[in-house]
Amino acid sequence: MSILVQQPWIAVLVPATLAFVIALGGRRAVPLTRWLALVGPLTVLATGVAGLAGAGSDPAIVSVSWLAQGARSIAVGASVDALAAVMLTVVGVVSAMVVLFSVGYMAEDPAQARYFALVSVFSAAMTGLVISTTLVGLFAAWELVGACSYLLIGFWYRKPAAANAAMKAFIVTRIGDVGFLLGIALLWANAGTADIATVNTAVGTLPVAVATLAALMLFAGAAGKSAQFPLHIWLPEAMEGPTPVSALIHAATMVAAGVFLVARMWPVFAASEIALQVMLWVGLITALGAAMAAIAQRDIKRVLAYSTISQLGFMFVALGAGQWQIAIFHLVTHAAFKALLFLGSGSVIHSAGTQDLHEMGGLGRVMPVTMVTWVLGAGALAGIPPLAGFFSKDGIIHAAWVASPVAGAVLVLASLMTAFYITRATLLAFAGDFRGQGHPHESPWTMTLPLMVLAAGAVGLGFAGGSLAELLGGHGALEPVVAIVSALVALTGVAVGWSFYRRGPSADTVLETRLGAVYPTAANAFGVDALLTRLFVRPARSFAEKVYDAIDRRLIDGAVNGVGKLAVGAGRLAAGLQTGQIDLAAAMVGAGIVFLTALVIGWGGR
Amino acid sequence: MNVLLPIAIPLTGALVVALAGRGESGGARRVSAMFAFATFAVTVYLAFAWNAEGGECIRWVISSAQGLGVLSLAVDGLSLPLVVLTGFLGLIAVLTSWEVHEHAAAHHALLLCLEAAVMTVFLADNVILFYVAWEAVLIPMFFLISVWGHENRRAAAFKFFIYTFAGSALMLVGIITLLVSSPLGSLAGGVTAISADKQTLVFWLLAAGLLVKVPVVPLHTWLPDAHVEAPTAGSIMLAGVLLKMGGYGLLRIALPVAPDAFAAAGPVLAVLGGIGIVYGAILALGQRDLKRLVAYSSVAHMGFMLLAMSTGTRLGIGAAMLIMVSHGVVSGLLFFLVGAIYDRTHTREISRFGGLISQIPVWGGVFVFGALASLGLPGLSGFPGELLSVLEGFGRFGWWIAPIGVGVILGAAYNLYAVRAVAHGEPSAEWQGISDLGVRERLIAASFVVCIVGLGLWPGTVLSVTDAASRVLSMALGGGQ
Repeated sequence: MSILVQQPWIAVLVPATLAFVIALGGRRAVPLTRWLALVGPLTVLATGVAGLAGAGSDPAIVSVSWLAQGARSIAVGASVDALAAVMLTVVGVVSAMVVLFSVGYMAEDPAQARYFALVSVFSAAMTGLVISTTLVGLFAAWELVGACSYLLIGFWYRKPAAANAAMKAFIVTRIGDVGFLLGIALLWANAGTADIATVNTAVGTLPVAVATLAALMLFAGAAGKSAQFPLHIWLPEAMEGPTPVSALIHAATMVAAGVFLVARMWPVFAASEIALQVMLWVGLITALGAAMAAIAQRDIKRVLAYSTISQLGFMFVALGAGQWQIAIFHLVTHAAFKALLFLGSGSVIHSAGTQDLHEMGGLGRVMPVTMVTWVLGAGALAGIPPLAGFFSKDGIIHAAWVASPVAGAVLVLASLMTAFYITRATLLAFAGDFRGQGHPHESPWTMTLPLMVLAAGAVGLGFAGGSLAELLGGHGALEPVVAIVSALVALTGVAVGWSFYRRGPSADTVLETRLGAVYPTAANAFGVDALLTRLFVRPARSFAEKVYDAIDRRLIDGAVNGVGKLAVGAGRLAAGLQTGQIDLAAAMVGAGIVFLTALVIGWGGR
Repeated sequence: MNVLLPIAIPLTGALVVALAGRGESGGARRVSAMFAFATFAVTVYLAFAWNAEGGECIRWVISSAQGLGVLSLAVDGLSLPLVVLTGFLGLIAVLTSWEVHEHAAAHHALLLCLEAAVMTVFLADNVILFYVAWEAVLIPMFFLISVWGHENRRAAAFKFFIYTFAGSALMLVGIITLLVSSPLGSLAGGVTAISADKQTLVFWLLAAGLLVKVPVVPLHTWLPDAHVEAPTAGSIMLAGVLLKMGGYGLLRIALPVAPDAFAAAGPVLAVLGGIGIVYGAILALGQRDLKRLVAYSSVAHMGFMLLAMSTGTRLGIGAAMLIMVSHGVVSGLLFFLVGAIYDRTHTREISRFGGLISQIPVWGGVFVFGALASLGLPGLSGFPGELLSVLEGFGRFGWWIAPIGVGVILGAAYNLYAVRAVAHGEPSAEWQGISDLGVRERLIAASFVVCIVGLGLWPGTVLSVTDAASRVLSMALGGGQ
């Protein structure tokens, strides 16, 4: 086992190689090769577990110079420290479960080979991101997980909505990535290295302004990846991808990479009060706004997408409040219960043949495993004690309260809404009578087994808070007052949700009439997406076309052609001099040479 | 002698093809493929020979005894990557011209002539030979565009010729001025800088010709026309190697003879590069013609090259070389793909495509790959060079380089827009039943993919070659790291 920690790149190489095998095997071999896709995640998991077991001793660092001229060099390296081990365990478990689930979920898809190959590439890239010891290596892996996300959101590329969503996801996150890149450049210019440990030590010697700018730039990258306001707009549409992909990439792992990045570069952020404040408030806006939006979604995956955005907001509040260990704790529990909820929704969609909550209902009777596991996941998300989300969310609310009572109050409100919207989704999907078409049925074992494994996490991980805090060097004790308040808030949210949605989807109309104009606004996620699309996306192409026509063709090329025409005209005039007399021509050539040479030597000689 | 071979082989090939290959096209293409392959093999051999000699410059001089030394050739760390690139793309260009049946012998002979001329530019060890080769490149290129090009080929060919010729005229004046003030020296053997008072004049005269070739905005408008109208092989050579002559000339001649002027011009070059990055990306996004989109992407990529070079640091100069090699293979692949789809549909209009990946999955898959390479995805060849240009650019110019971030975002936008519009979506009924890439085309695509991934994972293959040269050049600029 320890070889995996000594040589962490094995965990990158195994899934990457298997991706090739799966891709080359193609359609015929995929019934066999798709099981190979499990090997990568299991390697990652083994590396993570070995890392956890060996935490405490200084981890080995494997590093090579990647870009060098002379002594100046940029290295890439890998190491499994405690934080990486935690992340690897999460990535390994969730991707293994997602692959297993996909064997059933994607069984009918003709392009499975591409699917499993891409999921394997993703495991490799995500592992690379987590174990990188330099900013450049981390950034490279960061972009690669983005590319996997792009290719998997657009997996069903014939569907225009999927193709558009993929493009949007990549471009919006790249806006943040430009900030990330400039942040790396700033640190590279000031600290003279891209090595994370060295940067983190050197940041104390840098001016606060530099640290602040660097932190804000890195946060831009984190906000893009982790779908924080206003760069969150890509995530709801990313649900066009296959549901297991949403569970893996757009709930548990990649979208949490922003939180990981901040934790990884913590000294840079800790050095800047401004950066912490910015994170706190961006996180708050995101947590509250997305929770409100989740209430008004009819598509079960969109409920979960806004829920993910909101929960990531919670994590950034923790970061902004200075408690990165608690943010990672919530990252871990959230990975379990949100991957569970997404896979549960996949099981539901697979069975009911729809994503519309209004066309579901009564599924609890035919899908007992899916329902029980879902309810556990929902309870964890709502923060019902003693499920996992209760513990990690309490930590965040407490940290926010200490940082600013307003922030604490906003988070309590967001928690209330969380409990409400997930109760709504649960009741609409599983309670009452089936309102859709066809005959829903329980999913096969490849799909229900992952649900059970993740449900175990959603139930039990809360108790790991103490040992996690010990591992990462934070404190994990629960504040009794906060715990009681937030448990009451969660139960209230569930109760209110129950009282509304016990009667089924008609409660949506009741809610709509009570809330008035707020409801459609929330359903549109406050029009942020529509506004940004109108301001930037739609004009972009026509602006580019106009620049091309007006500036490049008419102005610049017009000027060039004008000069050309002028030259031709002058040539016609000068053609009058062409009398055919050789001696005259020779004399003129001679005079020209003398003139030019004199000009050059005279001018140049000054 | 080895240094002469990359020029002599294609030149001999051109003669053989032109004299013997008339009549049926099959003979001409096979003979020229043989010669192009031999040329590529020799460039690879040269790389190994260079490495075996410990990275010392390898020379070949014909008439130094007579004191002329006009035919002196040399290969060193600065020229070697581009020589190998030219050998590779020269072979690819011949292979993509397989289905050219109209005057096939002449087409192939001109391609080989072009390759020989470009090789001479990169291998020339004195400034006169450099200039002669520089101009000689225009002639085969002119005929390739004007005879085998598309609808507006004649206008585009003339524009290409006159535009770059006007630039080179200024460069010639610069070279004469240079020769007046200092004797004819070896380019690879450590050029001595000219006196400080003349540097600015000489630098900008040289740069006038070199920057047209790069090209920089606003001297770029010959490029889209020439690229679009040229036959596929012509576009590949034009984007892949001809544009590199500009960047190479800046490093080979302009920088060492006028280092003070180069250092002083750094901010100007950076601004020109930055404009290229942003403006080139905007224009690429504004295209309705797929080939023109790829052509404008060259403006953006060469902007990164110029930015990297303008830093004058050792890593920056290495990055400029890396970007040139990477762009050679990436744009080569994209022009090859655009040519392949044009052969099948006889259109380049983006709006008439859609969903091609469902109809011709191999072509579509490679197209997505090419777009990802062009937007600078890590693991592929574009990333390391462009990353370094941003890092080193920031080190030299600070926040002034921030606006190129817009170009980085738009770089994703235009490439993914092309994928969305051409490869993704519902397939159009118009192109039902078109054939996917054939064996020869798959071979070409695969060799590009191997190069792009290889360079992306191991950029050190280029950087270790340029290492010594970048040291000399950055020392001349007073850096020395």
